[in-house]
This record gives sequence, C-alpha cells and structure tokens, in this order.
Amino acid sequence: MNMISETRQKSLLYLENVSVSFDGFKALNSLSFVVEPGELRAIIGPNGAGKTTMMDIITGKTRPDTGTVLFEDTIDLTKKDEADIAQLGIGRKFQKPTVFESHTVWDNLELALNRSRGVFATLFYTLSPEDKARIGEILETIRLTHRSQEYAANLSHGQKQWLEIGMLLAQEPKLLLVDEPVAGMTDAETAETAVLLKEIAKTRSVVVVEHDMGFIRELGVKVTCLAEGSVLAEGSIDFVSNDPKVIENYLGR
Amino acid sequence: MISGFVFRALEGRIVTAVGIILAIGILVPALNLLTPADSALHIPTYVMSLFGKYLCYALLALALDLVWGYCGILSLGHGAFFALGGYAMGMYLMRQIGPRGVYGNPILPDFMVFLNYKELPWFWHGFDWFIFAMAMVIVVPGLLAFIFGWFAFRSRVNGVYLSIITQAMTYALLLAFFRNDMGFGGNNGLTDFKDILGFSVQADGTRAVLFFMSALMLSLCLILASAIVRSKFGKVLVGVRDAESRVRFLGFRVENIKLFTFVVSAMMAGIAGALFVPQVGIINPGEFAPANSIEVVVWTAVGGRGTLIGPIIGAILVNGGKSFFTGAFPEIWLFALGGLFIAVTLFLPKGIVGTIQHGFKARKALKAAADAEKGRGDATTVAQAQAAE
Repeated sequence: MNMISETRQKSLLYLENVSVSFDGFKALNSLSFVVEPGELRAIIGPNGAGKTTMMDIITGKTRPDTGTVLFEDTIDLTKKDEADIAQLGIGRKFQKPTVFESHTVWDNLELALNRSRGVFATLFYTLSPEDKARIGEILETIRLTHRSQEYAANLSHGQKQWLEIGMLLAQEPKLLLVDEPVAGMTDAETAETAVLLKEIAKTRSVVVVEHDMGFIRELGVKVTCLAEGSVLAEGSIDFVSNDPKVIENYLGR
Repeated sequence: MISGFVFRALEGRIVTAVGIILAIGILVPALNLLTPADSALHIPTYVMSLFGKYLCYALLALALDLVWGYCGILSLGHGAFFALGGYAMGMYLMRQIGPRGVYGNPILPDFMVFLNYKELPWFWHGFDWFIFAMAMVIVVPGLLAFIFGWFAFRSRVNGVYLSIITQAMTYALLLAFFRNDMGFGGNNGLTDFKDILGFSVQADGTRAVLFFMSALMLSLCLILASAIVRSKFGKVLVGVRDAESRVRFLGFRVENIKLFTFVVSAMMAGIAGALFVPQVGIINPGEFAPANSIEVVVWTAVGGRGTLIGPIIGAILVNGGKSFFTGAFPEIWLFALGGLFIAVTLFLPKGIVGTIQHGFKARKALKAAADAEKGRGDATTVAQAQAAE
C-alpha cells in the first residue's frame, strides 16, 4: 500500500486493477501500470494481450468494467470522453496511419494544432504568425517540409506515420500513446523513427506499443510485457527478454 | 475576424457562380416583364416560375451537399426541412387570404371551416405577420434538425443507420401532415393563395420578384456555404467525413460539429421550401415523401458532392431533364432517372463538376511535376505562398 501511494504522487498516468471484458472475453484482467512524467516506455506482448484495449481505455474510447485510471494523479479518465481526454493532453497514434488524406500535409498539422476547438472559434480562425512558425517547426521535426503542400493521400506509408506523429506533436500532449509506429516501415525509416521518438520523449512522456524487438532495443527504455490482459514482466529489455514467462508467452523458445 | 470569414468565401469560382446566378436572377425577370409577349426574347411567366422552382431545388441540393458532401452525413430526409419551410410560408399566405375564401370566414382558412374548427389553432397565431412567418421558415426546420441531431449525433448514430432514421423522420412527418386534425390542411395541404405582402401571387411582377429572391437567396447561401467550407471549421468537417475518430482524438467535439452543420443545412433547406411554395402555388404533405428526399441525393450526386457548385448544376440539369421527359415521354422518366443515377455512380463517381475539377487538378499536378523536374526549388515557393496567404 505504501509503495502505491508513493508512486501515485509522481505518476502522469496511473492504472490500477483495470478490468474489461467483451462478451465474456477478459481483454484486460486487473491490469496495473504507471507512467512517470517524461518517461519513454515500450509495451510488448502477443496478439490479444490487451495492448490496444489499454489504449482505448486511456483515451476514453472504451470504459473499463472496474479499476482506476488517473491522469496526473487527480483526473479520473474513466469519466471523460475522447475529446475531453485529448484536450487534457493525451495524444494517440493509431496502428494504421490515420491522417486526413484529402487535406494537404500543412492543413493536417493546422487542424491538429492545440488551439480552441469550438465551432465558432474554428469558423473564424485565421492562421497567426506564431501558428505558422509552429507548423514550420513541426514540419522540420517530421522531415516533411518539402511536401507540405502535398495531399496527405500522396505520401508514402512511412511519411504518413510521421505526419500522424507530427499531428500529435501539434496537439502538444503531455502523454503520447503510439501504437506500432514502425509496422510496415523500411529499416532506414525504422531507425529514423526511433530517433524521432527519443527526441519527442525529451519533452513529454511517450508510451510505445511495438512488436519489433530490434526497434525496442534501439529505443533502449523500460519495457512492459503484457499477456492475457495483465502485466507479465517489467524492466530493461534484457531483463524482460530473459524472463522465462515472457519467453514462454511471447518470444517463444 | 468576420471579414476574414467572408473574404475567404469569395474565391474565384464562387464569385463567378454568384455572378452568373444573379445575372440570371435579373435577366430572366427583365425578359419576362420588359419584352412584349410576341417577342422572340420573351420569357413566359410559367417558364420563369419553372426556373424559379429549379433555383429552389438548387438551394436544397446545396444544403444537402453541405452535410453529405463535406461532413459525410447522408441525410435521406432533407425534403422534410424543405417542406417545413414551405409550410411556414404557406401558413403566412393562408392568413393573407382573409375573408376572400370560399366560405368567407375572416379568421379561419377554408379547410378549417370545412373541418368544423371553432377557432384558430394556437400554432397558427403570428403567421399573419410576415416577419414572424419568415423567422419560422428558418427556426422550425432548424429546431427540428437541432433536436434530431442532438440525439442522433450524441448517440453516435452513423452511416446507413443515420440515413435510415432521417428517412423515417420525413416519413413520420408525411403521415402526420396527412392527418386532418393536425391543423395543416391534411391531404390537400395549403393552396388558393392570394397575396404576398399585399401583392397578388399570380401577378407577373410578383413572380419576377420571387424569381429574383430565389436567385439572391441561392447566392447568399452559396457564399455562406463557401465561407464555412473554406474556414478551418470546413477542414474539420472534411476530416470528420474522412477520419472521424482522428478528429475525436485530436480533441474536437464531433457531435457539435455535425450538429452545427446539420442545423445550418436544414435552415437553408427551409428557405428553399419557403421560396418554392408561392412559385408553385401549393404545399401539401406530398413534399414530405421519402422519394423526394432521395431525388435530392441524386441531383447532388450527379452534379458532384463535395463541390459547392456541383449540386446547383445537378439540381438544375436533372430537373430540366425531368420537365422535358415528363412532357415528351412521361413513361420513361423514372427509368431515365434511375439510369442516370447508376451511370453517374459507375462512371462519374465524383459527379459532373467533381470530374472536371479532378481533371484540372490532375493536369496541374502533372505540370507541377514537370516543373519540379526542370527546376527543383518548387517546394520553397509553394511554402512561401502558403506563408503569405
């Protein structure tokens, strides 16, 4: 108990005994999990381990049956919906790159920019010099400056992934949830994405779900292995990948 | 802030379209009123009213395009908002008849005398006042859209389910308005109009003004729609259409975005209905028929959804075709309409205007690619252009 109250004081994201089931299938089984401010965390686990469900719960898409989900120790995320949670500062990248294909790269970032999102505020919005500068900056970070006027539909798969990460940056989240960012990427793109994520993690917390063990090794951060809806092991990549339970459930012998 | 909102709307194509619509709005009445009846240039009044009807349909199609083409909400019930606007206008026109009805009752319209009404139902009060009636033209459809949208969008009813309930909505209203005890004239609706603001609705001059008003309201709504679509809000709308969950996770309230657009669109449809009624001389529950709302979808699809000018062209072309076919070969019109819809869906999925625009864009992209091959450095000029905007 003492341990928990200590972690609670400095956690950015705090999940305790979270369970949810769909039609009798327990997607999460009393999952507990803490992310500290500024932390970059990798999550691995076999298919059906509950990784995506966990993200759904944090971002308000799914409500847990039981358990506590707190943001910055005080805000109960289970009472909020997607838009509220996004405005609180939690950004989410989907497994399949989801950008606005019929908008230009620039417009995609403009929409994502953390500005007032009400109906009338957006109707009468005009692009200010600061906003232009901010979008320019993000374009540099995600290496898409030369394609800013291109329709997002014309980007390569990897570039779409980066654009989506850029949109999350424009949102200025405190916590970024990234679902399989390097799926379908070339090796060069994967390496660049690792650099990009590490850069991003300097100023905010990032949680990355990934299957690519090479990529996780490249990130060099604390790893959590999920299986059957709860935490199997947590620690450095070497510690986790030598854990017999992890080998049994996920890595295979 | 507001000036920026309006200024953005006046992009080249929209200015041209508004110019053409207003020119037609002035030219057609002028040719009707100022040329002698035997002149080759003379436009008979019935043709002017027919064209006026097309302009109202064009406005209805524009309204549908705003929710369907830009926000991805396929409403199969937009005819209901059109009909409600029409009924509000019809009620005003009924009140103007005064004691000139067949029964000569100074207070009750003929159908109420016929149905043994003792006094004017409460919801008819105020409709003898033009300003109040015109307010109701937008308030009633807007309110229905607000209540309907509030529940539908909050419960995240999407796609085909939403289309079905919009269809059910207009069907329910059809049945309700058919009932004599609703107080809207039942089966026969409202007709035998005499005056509007003291001018005879039959007079050429009144018809000319109504025609011009239709052109003017279409132009104003086109500018408003353009301002909405070109604002950041409009970009969010397209985002909702293409990737709703992304918009949600960016922190936008998708239900409010949809609700606002749906209400604005319903109000436009109401205005279209109000201008339609005095030009055709009748409003009856048939306007609520589900098939009407589906026809609007066909016009919009033919013209090109997701372009503002497309639905206007589509509505005019399809209705022009309808007038021609139902005159020349009445048996085949419905087959022609069905065939047209299939042909457009198969061969022109972007509609007429969408296909033309797409062609231009493709040519521009080819040219840009060729230029980039030659010069490079194209991207920086584009980025500067964006920054200067």
